[in-house]
Amino acid sequence: MNREENTGFLKFIMYELKPKGKLLTPFNIISMITILAAVVILVIRFTSGLGSVGHASQERPWGLWINFNVITGVAFAGGAFVVTFMVYILGLEKYRPIVRATVLYALLAYIFYAGALLLDLGRPWKVINPIIGNSFGISSVLFLVAWHFLLYMGSLFIEFFPTVTEWISLKPQRRFFASLTLGVVIFGIALSTLHQSGLGALFLMAKPKIHPLWYSEFIPILFFLSSIFAGLSLVIVLETIGQRVFGKNMSFLNKSSHRDIMLSLSRICTISMFVYFFMTVLVFLHGKNFQYLNTLWGSWYLVEVLGFVLFPCILFLFGYRRLNIKLVRIGAVLTIIGIILNRLNISTIAYHWYDSALHFPTWMEIVVSFAVIFLQILVFRAIVRRMPVYTESPSWVVEEKQIRSITVKDKLFKLNTRREKWKVSAE
Amino acid sequence: MSVDRRNFLKALGIAGSTLAMGKSFGSPPVSKSDTEFFGILYDSTLCVGCQACETACAEKYGFPLPETVPAAGELRETNEARRVVINCYNTSKGEMYMRRACNHCNNPACASACLTKAMLKTDGGPVIWREEKCMGCRSCMISCPFDIPKFEYNSPNPKINKCRMCYELLLEGEKPVCVENCPAEALLFGKRRDLIEIARTRIYSEPDKYYHEIYGENEVGGTGVLYISSVPFKELGLRTDLGNKSYPEYNKTFLYSVPLVLILWPAFLLGLHSAFVQGKNKKQKEEES
Repeated sequence: MNREENTGFLKFIMYELKPKGKLLTPFNIISMITILAAVVILVIRFTSGLGSVGHASQERPWGLWINFNVITGVAFAGGAFVVTFMVYILGLEKYRPIVRATVLYALLAYIFYAGALLLDLGRPWKVINPIIGNSFGISSVLFLVAWHFLLYMGSLFIEFFPTVTEWISLKPQRRFFASLTLGVVIFGIALSTLHQSGLGALFLMAKPKIHPLWYSEFIPILFFLSSIFAGLSLVIVLETIGQRVFGKNMSFLNKSSHRDIMLSLSRICTISMFVYFFMTVLVFLHGKNFQYLNTLWGSWYLVEVLGFVLFPCILFLFGYRRLNIKLVRIGAVLTIIGIILNRLNISTIAYHWYDSALHFPTWMEIVVSFAVIFLQILVFRAIVRRMPVYTESPSWVVEEKQIRSITVKDKLFKLNTRREKWKVSAE
Repeated sequence: MSVDRRNFLKALGIAGSTLAMGKSFGSPPVSKSDTEFFGILYDSTLCVGCQACETACAEKYGFPLPETVPAAGELRETNEARRVVINCYNTSKGEMYMRRACNHCNNPACASACLTKAMLKTDGGPVIWREEKCMGCRSCMISCPFDIPKFEYNSPNPKINKCRMCYELLLEGEKPVCVENCPAEALLFGKRRDLIEIARTRIYSEPDKYYHEIYGENEVGGTGVLYISSVPFKELGLRTDLGNKSYPEYNKTFLYSVPLVLILWPAFLLGLHSAFVQGKNKKQKEEES
């Protein structure tokens, strides 16, 4: 890079750093107030301990930040591994327009929710212990989850990096990172399978403390299965909002395929939710849990399983059958509520269920939880406004792809002619 | 050495019969309880609720001395400043005392949940917490079936507090302070195997006095601290629904499937990719040409 280019690049960055869009929207004001309040709360938290802001107790060691932001939030990031699976492994090009937004959402989810984990750690300055050093607790599920978070964040970053290079016009780097995509997608799917189920496996040893309706040895499998439709439901909601907010800048392909994609996603949701529902019923029967159904806990369980799994599953089915996108959206929102219920039931509500008092988080915990989510949304918006997530890639990318496909075709052609030669000689 | 069919079959036969009849040939029984752990035996029938153990522990580790006394119907808990408590229960045989502290499981859930090995089952038996390793994730508290590890919620540099069976004293060949200071000899320290024998002897020699079980002999795969009493343990606030399986076993299936998934999943996905994507590309090319 010569000097002129250098200053040009600096100017570009300076320009891009400026806020885009209106500053004083209701959302911005609310989120900024929440984030500022959260900063104050966190100062208190780090100076006088977790107990000064949260309600976590000796009996329920994990509060809202872990149970909601980490364990629930990560389930919603599951959309990335499903969508990349469909596009890169199965070659379903139909879903290509939503890949970037989904991957970006997941990347930010992991960054911010792993960040929320740091807030909840009692001794966060030791967080490096399981990663470098000689303190590997390899028999620990959390050790696995921590490593997988870290590696998956890297995978997602590499998956998303071509978009960054398109933004700052790094042609050779784009080619390099794009060539890594398939590898990291495969790696990422394996990691996702394990850490989505691993989040459930964290509770395997809490057997005597979780209500039998929610505890089973199959928690990991149920967590993995539910992360599929949790992630896709979030993609449906995300895309719906995205169409409203960024619609006018969206690429034609992104806009025109929206309806079709939403309906197809709802079909996948129907199937995966039905499998999940079926598994839940099997687990219920397997655990011989009939006697609990008559209790208050039983009704609460039925609300979760029938009202927020089976019902949205049927909504998705009808939405897909009748091409009714509104039903799909309602189904997605209900599913999201259902997943939140399920994760919170296992980790908080039905945890230590024999305690007489109900457990509620403090308002300060809630503020920080929301601040983390707002921060994620703000960063998401800032990136979408600058990088080609919904918009079309710059023209040089298209050209490069064409050139590449021509050279690939050329190579294939040469290969084929050679093969034909061999055929002749073999005869 | 070459392996022909005869030799192979011979070896197979020997291996098979050894496997099938290994026990009858008198091979030594292999079990986890072979490891000689130290433990503590608590005899509830001897305990007078004097709190000498609580005081000794608090003095030794610099915690505030106990301010409340055990009273029936009132549950006292260990906490960030109290590693052992004695509780009083109204039972079918009158007021009885029960001790509550870390049970030093043979195969502890807390240690297997710890991702930094801060929680450690030492060779001698004590389960100890190490400050320099811990990152405060509290998964030990989630996993412990007895809810024993306690966390300093009101400290910027929080620690986990739990009984460590006076690990440092044990290294010097001494007994834990609670055992040392028990005036009623309700606490006994020794090898776990010996303690079980003592407990059995007590039960057999006074069959009417004792409830015929040793709590901790099999519970959660065996614990270092053993309890005997004159009433069923449920009446003394001990959980009897924990099962005899050691808690890390619940994770085993999941942890064993991890390397399998990491190896088989990518291979399977690559196969899918070549079947779907590359196959499709080829087809397209054929159509074009």
